[in-house]
Amino acid sequence: MGSAILKIRNLYAGYKDGGWVLKGINLDIYKNKITAIMGPSGCGKSTFIRCINRMHEVVDGARIRGEIYLDDRSIFGMHPIIVRRKIGMVFQRPNPFPTMSIYDNVIAGYILNGIKLKREEKDHIVEDALKKVFLWDEVKDKLHVKGTFLSGGQQQRLCIARSLAMGPEVLLLDEPTSALDPKATRVIEDLLEELKKDFTIIIVTHNASQAARISDYTAFFYLGELVEYEETERIFTVPKHPKTQEYLSGKFG
Amino acid sequence: MLRERIKVLKDEMVSYAIFVQGMIEKSVKGLLTKQKELLKEVIEKDEPFANEEEIKIEEMCITTIAKFEPKAKLLREVLMVLKINNDLERIGDHAVNIADSGLYLIERPKVKPYIDLPRMSDEAIGMLKDSIDAFINEDAKLAKDVCERDDIVDNLRNQISRELITYMLQDPTTIERALHIVKISQNIERTADLATNIAEDVIFMVEGKIIKHHKEEEI
Repeated sequence: MGSAILKIRNLYAGYKDGGWVLKGINLDIYKNKITAIMGPSGCGKSTFIRCINRMHEVVDGARIRGEIYLDDRSIFGMHPIIVRRKIGMVFQRPNPFPTMSIYDNVIAGYILNGIKLKREEKDHIVEDALKKVFLWDEVKDKLHVKGTFLSGGQQQRLCIARSLAMGPEVLLLDEPTSALDPKATRVIEDLLEELKKDFTIIIVTHNASQAARISDYTAFFYLGELVEYEETERIFTVPKHPKTQEYLSGKFG
Repeated sequence: MLRERIKVLKDEMVSYAIFVQGMIEKSVKGLLTKQKELLKEVIEKDEPFANEEEIKIEEMCITTIAKFEPKAKLLREVLMVLKINNDLERIGDHAVNIADSGLYLIERPKVKPYIDLPRMSDEAIGMLKDSIDAFINEDAKLAKDVCERDDIVDNLRNQISRELITYMLQDPTTIERALHIVKISQNIERTADLATNIAEDVIFMVEGKIIKHHKEEEI
């Protein structure tokens, strides 16, 4: 199975004036693998990955209980900024900073954190990150054009580059292709396959076919509980739990 | 991702086909040249490996379908690998049957010189080889040619049976040995049938046409 980079132990999470949205999740995330978090709307999958980089706590009245270890260190003992640097996140809709150029978008993490870099260092980080997301050749002659001028798929790759520029260990993606057309989706999926050589990837998707195609492990969440967690090849051929079988057969979701 | 995976799957199946073809060749050669160790190798080593390989390829096909939901020609390719895989495993079983009878026959005097049997096995092995070549090169023309050669093997099998009946009538002490030779010819004939099935599957894979059960008139 490989080594676990993230260990989630007995994790509960909820919002103001409500019950628990996540109810006692235990899960190991394996290094340099793609793990898909799959389940119907409202099952807690987005809340789950937001807990992993401490974004959940930002919401007013949010509650969280349990433990999350990154390389055996509790993330709750680290500064949230450090956690988010080590565990990057990409959202459903591409969200490059609208006033920033492509170049500045890639190093936005440094700019916003007030980290000063030499010109050569910045150039190197930008080129490296854009190459990793296969965007360099497409944009190298227009790095100072606004990021929002790019197509949806390119913008999403720019957002991935922005996360990679901070040198994370883990990349969280919350339905990163749901706003993209099939061709741009394919490009992102191929990209993730490449990126897993250097990073650990967790992707939330309600598209079971996508989970099947790209992930090594799949976790099926239902009503805030982890129903089944298995190698993707197994969960899509012989799921153990009847609920997983029903979900994959399209009976709900 | 899917295309690369199907390529791996097809390569694995071609290696399996070559292995199974080798099993038939070995069992016939073991009989004709009285090499007991070849026959034993087919039964003791090759068959267990062939069984494991069949399961491995089947699992690869199932997970490919589950993970990638192939469509159109890619779907036909995976499904045909699944079917051909099954036919190959059965050819391996026929090789074992030939080797079993071979072990009986090589310890005993020949009923008659083997003349038609090597011709028949050459023809069946040639059909198998061509059906796999047709698969590799997606050559529907070669696959159709294989289908048309099935009759040659059938005729040889009938000829061997007729001839052996006369031997058995003349000398009942030959009956058991003669029956083993008939059994071998039946196993070779089934191998040719399965090679024909593979060729039909290749035609479906390449052209999307089903030509089974005497639909060849429609080709």
